[in-house]
Amino acid sequence: MPCILIIDDESAIRKLLEITLHANGYKTQSAANAQEGITMAAMHPPDLILLDLGLPDEDGQSVLIRLREWFRQPILILSVRSGEEDVVQALDHGANDYLIKPFRPGELLARIRSALRLAQSGDQDPVQEFGNLTVDVANRTLRKNNELVKLTSTEFALLSLFVRNEGKVLTHSFILREIWGPGYVTQTQYPRVFVGQLRKKMEDEPDQPRFILTESGVGYRFVGNT
Amino acid sequence: MLLTHKTHSNFSQYGWSVATVLVSAAICFPFTDLIGYRTVSLILLMVVSILAMRFSIGPVSVAAILSALIWDFFFIPPHFTLTVGHAEDALMLLMYFIIALLNAILTNQMKVYDRIMRRREDKESTLRLYNTLFNSLSHELRTPIATILAASENLASDKHKWSDEDKSTMNQVVHTAAERLNRLVDNLLNVSRLESGHLVLKWDWCDVGELINTAALRLKPDLDNKSLDIKIPANWPLMRLDFVLMEQAIYNLLHNAATYTPPGTRIVVDGAYQNHQLTIRISDNGQGFKEEEDLLRIFEKFYRPAGSKAGGVGLGLSIVKGVIKAHHGTIEVRNKPEGGAEFILNIPTGQLLRPTVNH
Repeated sequence: MPCILIIDDESAIRKLLEITLHANGYKTQSAANAQEGITMAAMHPPDLILLDLGLPDEDGQSVLIRLREWFRQPILILSVRSGEEDVVQALDHGANDYLIKPFRPGELLARIRSALRLAQSGDQDPVQEFGNLTVDVANRTLRKNNELVKLTSTEFALLSLFVRNEGKVLTHSFILREIWGPGYVTQTQYPRVFVGQLRKKMEDEPDQPRFILTESGVGYRFVGNT
Repeated sequence: MLLTHKTHSNFSQYGWSVATVLVSAAICFPFTDLIGYRTVSLILLMVVSILAMRFSIGPVSVAAILSALIWDFFFIPPHFTLTVGHAEDALMLLMYFIIALLNAILTNQMKVYDRIMRRREDKESTLRLYNTLFNSLSHELRTPIATILAASENLASDKHKWSDEDKSTMNQVVHTAAERLNRLVDNLLNVSRLESGHLVLKWDWCDVGELINTAALRLKPDLDNKSLDIKIPANWPLMRLDFVLMEQAIYNLLHNAATYTPPGTRIVVDGAYQNHQLTIRISDNGQGFKEEEDLLRIFEKFYRPAGSKAGGVGLGLSIVKGVIKAHHGTIEVRNKPEGGAEFILNIPTGQLLRPTVNH
């Protein structure tokens, strides 16, 4: 039974999260401030941390940095709307994913599941199926409805980055660093162009994508199974 | 900062006053014999009056005194002395002095009065705006809160045995009310962000089609029985915009179209770009705006057409306008001749980026 540590100063939110998580088979610990949260994480390391960015005693980003010095398990950020820049910053500081308050419990559970799955999966199966797509990372091929889809090498690199991080949001700068290298992090037009091309090749309706979703102001998320 | 600026502009006002008087006197001097030195006094008086219209009392008084002395010294015989020959001239000099100063004082009083009136008008219109705001805000905030409180109390009470159907209705009601509150708070926060003056746009290369599709995806649950048709070609170049803000603007426009049109309405988004200008049109085949006034005032904060259905305080479109303005663009609205409303956004795009991708 995975244990989740909730660090949030709002007791109502903590209570609701606890109920939701217990009902879905998770154990929980709760902390109302940064200090308490860090201590709890150190004493009983949880499998995942839900961290609110607006804590009373310490800036959420610095809590995140302190936790990431030693904590390797997933950290999910809880943030308020129009805090996209904070979210991007948090993701760059090592958070695994984020949820904008107010969020739906279903969304929360899906993110937790996918973060835990990513953290536990060791070597991925080289051949993976997502709906009508089959991605073979070893042979660098994509099949749609069993037919081979021609991808350029950059397109395939991007696709396998998405597949490796299935369910997780990837920031523009992360994608740029991984695919094009550290010198390209400001060239945000690259992911836009290549994601557009990938969508045209792999989505049934590129205008209403079901696999590669746009996260406004943050980046992209590959959703394999809906 | 403000103070130094004011002193500075006062300084330049003094400079201008002195210069204007000197130049006018110099121009008049060669013609003294032709027009007579008494006419010169009228010309100088006119110059002081003109200065009084623009400048504050200090510089104008200086101009009045300076021009009186100049007139005395250079024009009244005997020339180049402050002595006045005739008693008549002495009287005129005195009157000149008084009229010039009166001029400065009276115009200044007028300006002060004008400023007070304007401030009072501003205050009244702010007050009116606040009243509208408080009335509609308190209604808009209290209605969903009342719904949530009542429904949750019902659900908690064990006096009744609620049927599953009742329970699900009440849950639904709570959910809808919370969403309404959430949208309202979002809009209020967006307005304050746009108006704070601290908003820095995050210019980034955007795929306009992707941007509109993202907004449309967010709208899907509220679309009900209306259809949305997005006709943006897939091969557009990238343009520099603030993705998050523009997406919010498009979402607000689509949400408006979906909310205030009858069932079965078709909403169409199309667009074009040429000559460094992006045009996006969002139109519907609903009933359009009833009053001419609506078309003129629809982007004003807290303006809602008479008889608008409940929900909303009149912020959505003012946010759209704010976002478009921040992009140096314009937005227009009209009733289409064939029926329905049409919003037209024009945004300068500057450079376009046409991706060439072959690797």
